Amino acid sequence: MYDSGQEPVRDNENRLSRRRVLGSGALLGAATAVGTTVGVGSGHGDPAGPEVLGAGGVDITLRVNGRDRALRVEPRVTLLDALRERLDLTGTKKGCDQGACGACTVLVDGERVNACLTLAIMVRDKEITTIEGLARGDRLSPVQEAFLDRDAFQCGYCTPGQIVSATALIAEGHTRSAEEIREWMSGNICRCAAYPNIVAAIEDVAR
Amino acid sequence: MEFHKPRTWPEALAIKAEHPDATPIAGGTDVMVELNFDVHRPDVLIDLTEIAELREWFTVDGRYRVGSGVPYARIIDELGATLPGLAMASRTVGSPQIRNRGTVGGNLGAASPAGDAHPPLLAAGAEIEVASVRGTRLIPADEFYTGVKRNAMEPDELIAAFHISPADGPQQFAKIGTRNAMVIAVCSFGLALHPSTRTVGTGVGSAAPTPRRAADAEAFIAGELDWDSPLPLRDSVKRRFGELVAQSASPIDDVRGTAGYRQHALSVMARRTLGWAWDEYRRNR
Repeated sequence: MYDSGQEPVRDNENRLSRRRVLGSGALLGAATAVGTTVGVGSGHGDPAGPEVLGAGGVDITLRVNGRDRALRVEPRVTLLDALRERLDLTGTKKGCDQGACGACTVLVDGERVNACLTLAIMVRDKEITTIEGLARGDRLSPVQEAFLDRDAFQCGYCTPGQIVSATALIAEGHTRSAEEIREWMSGNICRCAAYPNIVAAIEDVAR
Repeated sequence: MEFHKPRTWPEALAIKAEHPDATPIAGGTDVMVELNFDVHRPDVLIDLTEIAELREWFTVDGRYRVGSGVPYARIIDELGATLPGLAMASRTVGSPQIRNRGTVGGNLGAASPAGDAHPPLLAAGAEIEVASVRGTRLIPADEFYTGVKRNAMEPDELIAAFHISPADGPQQFAKIGTRNAMVIAVCSFGLALHPSTRTVGTGVGSAAPTPRRAADAEAFIAGELDWDSPLPLRDSVKRRFGELVAQSASPIDDVRGTAGYRQHALSVMARRTLGWAWDEYRRNR
């Protein structure tokens, strides 16, 4: 009989049975009986209650490329605009401003996200890495070197996003074939169509 | 714009009760596009990302309760074997960047007819758990979508989770778009075989004012399938199923495609997904 429904990962299965022992019948009360918990924010459980930030400017600190940067933003300011216009980190590009092109890709706690779809005030307690944070002084990162070696760009506008995205993709391990690389780079568009060179650069680093 | 960051679920519900017009934000992949293009200028934004229980899933009496803030990337990784139809649809959402942030809760809140999560939720008979300071209620998926970008929620309610049974048989999802990534569905179709009840669930996406089930197609195919000694399906049966699915839709012409194309594509997707799922059922017996 077909039984894929009964085989979630063994790990979960074990935890699930423990949960039943704990009696997680109550829906909202079952917060301790979690499937998987990721990155519970440092402010969780703060007795101070909900935080309200006003409509005017808000003083915040962002941790970007290992440095704490203080800035004043309105709540509606995106991470992309905060990086480019307040912190002078213009390596991260604005292409579509709607998450479709990937030119604004940055890492938030090591995970790639579109900076244009992220509010600056929502990533105050996170580690943000931009294209400017990949090199060590004058020493380029392996992905940056490979993009140069493979001439993996033409106009270069999408390149910072491509390189940041590729850096995360390699860390994720999605490099077993050119096809897999293409699939996992699908959130970064290159209108010059340097795709074969981009894939070759990523393969070089992954090898 | 005022920005509220509740740390607990009761706090979030209290804020929503006080500000019924407030826009909740989780992954931001929908809300932020509207903010960036000034389509929507909310007075109050409620950041739900600090509330731990929205990012958790667990089982209740054999059903899965998946928090509204679990991103698509985790649904694929952690629930892919249990909820294969939803995981298939999740893999077609946006891009890796979008799947790291976007959530099923956001899809439900936006209630776009083109949302990728809707067809598998309909096909699996999922229920949506919504809550307010007044209490908590479960809304069946096929009663949740009430109009274009409208759902059955009251202004003071927030989406806590969805409840869904683990697959008891093969599930499929198919979607038409201009490329494989970053595509809003021209139309889409979700299918779930339920051998335990000898029924078939369906969900039609982006081909009517709301996502919807194809009830006539479900009734027809339930009468055709021999679950005990499953033979290959006759082409005429698959074709009829496809026709009934296409008839259940009421698509329009728009920038992504014509009504005629959508109906044709739906009949093809329904026919093929049924064939794939039934073949898998036969192999696994």
